[in-house]
Amino acid sequence: MEFVLFILFAGMTLTGAILMVALHNLVRAVLAMILGFVGLAGLYLLLEAEFLAAIQVLIYVGAVAILVLFAVMLTQRVSDPNAPVNNNQAWLGFTVALGFFGMLSAVFAPLKWPSLPEQSVSTVENLGKQLIGPYAVPFEAASVVLLVALLGAIILARE
Amino acid sequence: MVPLAGYLFVSAALFCIGLYGALARRNAVAILMGIEMMLNAAVLNLIAFWRYINPDAALTGQAFAVFVITLAAAEVAVGLALIIAVYRNRDTVVVDDVNLMKG
Repeated sequence: MEFVLFILFAGMTLTGAILMVALHNLVRAVLAMILGFVGLAGLYLLLEAEFLAAIQVLIYVGAVAILVLFAVMLTQRVSDPNAPVNNNQAWLGFTVALGFFGMLSAVFAPLKWPSLPEQSVSTVENLGKQLIGPYAVPFEAASVVLLVALLGAIILARE
Repeated sequence: MVPLAGYLFVSAALFCIGLYGALARRNAVAILMGIEMMLNAAVLNLIAFWRYINPDAALTGQAFAVFVITLAAAEVAVGLALIIAVYRNRDTVVVDDVNLMKG
């Protein structure tokens, strides 16, 4: 049952990602990206990281994808639909990506990985205690980064 | 039961698809989408290793994943603002045409 769900979500994620880089229409590419993000949220659920599955849907599907969609609509030129979407080095990029995937697979496939431990202690309460305990300084730094990004985005995009 | 290598395979494939998107596309927004996919692959790796190698109460992998998602959100906001600023000035988002500083 778990394996079937894994195949389903992994297929959803990879289908979304492949369609994202293959589709010529950018709005459709964003919709394919949303499919990939939802599949990833399913994978996080299978890994018993429920909170991360929830924020994956909230932040990526709810915020990032909508932001990208707005950027596509704001910058889309009414131009020749037959204009090339890839640069003239796309084949080189494909070779690099394929070679990197081959290298990663060659590294992790022969290794003996531990099997799944019985239970995890993943609770939102635990994560919250970690974030205000040992990770308090990175947590505060992340809040400063978000504030600076907010101000920077407003200043950059202002008329 | 799913082996850890299954998650690693999905993560590696996702990273390489995102890499291809970032390298091959001409539109700056599409490049940013490829980078987002690569960040998501890294997050999937963090969570898979946390669950399989060290699923203790410290939740190290999940805490790292939260920070990566936070930084990805900040990155996409600033990146899209930059793209819109470039579009205002140069009237294009095709990165091949943005060559003002090319010697």
